[in-house]
Amino acid sequence: MRPDTKNFKRGAAKALGNERIQANLLGLYNGFDRARLAAADGTPDWELMREQARAIKAHTIDNLDYYLELAASNVEKAGGTVFFAKDADAAAGYVTDLALARGVKLVIKGKSMVSEEMSLNERLTDAGIEPVETDLGEYIIQLAGETPYHIIAPAIHKSREEVTDLFEAKLNSPRYEEITELAAEARRQLRDKFIRADMGITGANFIVAETGTVALVTNEGNGRMCTSMPRIHVAITGMEKIIPSMDDLGIFLRLLIRSATGQRISSYVTTVTGPRHADDEDGPDEFHLVIVDNGRSRLLADPELRESLYCIRCGACLNACPVYRKVGGHAYGWVYPGPIGAIVTPVMTNLADAKDLPFASSLCGACREACPVKINIPRMLLHLRKEVTEGRKYPTERNRSVLEALAMRLWRLSLSSPAALSIANSVARVLQKPLLRKGRIRWLPPPLSGWTPSRTFPAFVRPFRQRWRG
Amino acid sequence: MSQPPESPKVSLFVTCVVDQFYPEIGESTVRVLRRLGVDVDFPSAQTCCGQPAFNSGFWSEAIPLARGFLKTFAGDRYIVAPSGSCASMVRVFYEELLHDEPDLLEKARAVAPRVFEFSEFVVDVLGVTDLSSFVGQTGDTSDRNVTYHEGCHLRRELGVTTQPTALIEGLPGVQLTEMEQVDVCCGFGGTFAVKFSDISTAMLQDKIEYVQATGADTVVSCDATCLMQIGGGLELNGVDVRPVHLAQLIDERIGIESGISRAQPR
Repeated sequence: MRPDTKNFKRGAAKALGNERIQANLLGLYNGFDRARLAAADGTPDWELMREQARAIKAHTIDNLDYYLELAASNVEKAGGTVFFAKDADAAAGYVTDLALARGVKLVIKGKSMVSEEMSLNERLTDAGIEPVETDLGEYIIQLAGETPYHIIAPAIHKSREEVTDLFEAKLNSPRYEEITELAAEARRQLRDKFIRADMGITGANFIVAETGTVALVTNEGNGRMCTSMPRIHVAITGMEKIIPSMDDLGIFLRLLIRSATGQRISSYVTTVTGPRHADDEDGPDEFHLVIVDNGRSRLLADPELRESLYCIRCGACLNACPVYRKVGGHAYGWVYPGPIGAIVTPVMTNLADAKDLPFASSLCGACREACPVKINIPRMLLHLRKEVTEGRKYPTERNRSVLEALAMRLWRLSLSSPAALSIANSVARVLQKPLLRKGRIRWLPPPLSGWTPSRTFPAFVRPFRQRWRG
Repeated sequence: MSQPPESPKVSLFVTCVVDQFYPEIGESTVRVLRRLGVDVDFPSAQTCCGQPAFNSGFWSEAIPLARGFLKTFAGDRYIVAPSGSCASMVRVFYEELLHDEPDLLEKARAVAPRVFEFSEFVVDVLGVTDLSSFVGQTGDTSDRNVTYHEGCHLRRELGVTTQPTALIEGLPGVQLTEMEQVDVCCGFGGTFAVKFSDISTAMLQDKIEYVQATGADTVVSCDATCLMQIGGGLELNGVDVRPVHLAQLIDERIGIESGISRAQPR
């Protein structure tokens, strides 16, 4: 997916102005977020599990080179092939070349956000191969020619009516009134694709290093069919998805599923270790694991941002975020929206273009409160903000606005001493006079002009320090 | 007569927003603390903790202000702010801001355990939860329907969740009604409110709706900046709900008995 991160404000305004999207986004709080809270409440030792999972992730990410090699050697021992992709292009190239070499005509896909990084569907289509998304949300998005709106609920912004319209237009299906009818239609359409496909592509929620096992969490069963029906299975995942051992999987499954949907367990949890073995009744002839870097090394190398790699992609921070709940996923302009997206997108793509993202937050901390591995997202947003105005870490020139820097300097100087502050207060009380109506300010000039259309502003008054008499 | 126990000693960290825009909140804070037997002073060299610059990425502008703060508030008195956000800046975020300034960081770590938000100080340090025994003759006992807005930094940086509502519930004549999504941000977020004003406004509109739905005549917060946002929106929308700081609500309710010194408006 080509990043389009420069236009956050425009994308946000578009979503804010769209009543239907606003109505559909209500489900994030009323559905997902509350379900997560209820699930967490009903789970003994929830806080202890979060701590433990965080500790496991911290250990794994700190020793990522070791665990990646261990995972790769165990996948190979199990008869699979591992490809380490430096970037999205290399990953897409590997999968496309493999498909061409094996004469693949039709690919079925389970949900994979990393494949979105790779623009994999486009690459396969360009090579004359038909990719079909089989997760219902992804299927809808593919039919609509859009990109996912949310990392676990890609079509959350679409109402039932919109899907009815879409299915009628694209599949020539009747105007179904019920969601179950729409799901059944998708199932009918996809059944034939599952049967005919030569290659199944899935993501991986976890890679278990000690066994070389890929674990997949799904609710529709499509993921499992992608791993077992076609003759080739390719799992694509980011290099941070490693966990050390099967013993660790339980805690992560419990945290991931509860945080994502509020379920205690998803309908399907699939583990795949290599291709079909001699005594297996079915399964693919070939298994490939593509482990993608694509900028994750930059996050790994940055001590302030490293913990962003602890993310297990549950989407809880999106659902908890009052900004995401207003602006939705497309405004963020790349694969990962919301609070975690505001951290990883600028580093994985380009901070100069994505410089609005770290600032598009009130720093309320709801994301950190929701995160099952306690990622301190607000702290990282603050560090990225510093990178934008003062930093030189990322491949970008400084991005500070000269005017803002000047305003900040003046502001700071006005606070440099009580005397300076008194002068500033006197000046402000003179300057504000023409703006005052009944003791309140109803219009402010730029750069503060954004305040007054929706709020009055208080007037500067005789300050506390001058009233204080001890 | 036996010696009264020594009063807790507090330096008021009034915060720049209260100083410049809402001095009455600072005065209420002082009156209430004194009513509770606290020795309050006001270090006059204080200006601002630096949070606006820090949050905007201008750490180099924030550091001199942090240095000033740490110098002003050196010593061993408690430091009490009528703001969860400003208290968080000093107690939590100086750790980030001053990461590469070892001398200042050491000072910040020494200051941090003395810093409290107002309600947190009253409940956790003074051990006062039920304010009814402090109500004086001039206290306002008329019925008041109040709803409380939970400040984000107060809740999530300082972990102060129950103290403010416990204090409100102890006040005579006050009925507390919890609003929906009480812990969701009002959309202020410092410069966020002007840089992303349409998002901030959308968040504010939800908050106003939830405030109104409670039927409350008063919305209480522990942060003047949340009140600036919510109160500014209420006023522009013509909603007749009064925004007040917790210290103001307590001040009005308990009144001040004669003989208690107070920071008086001139």
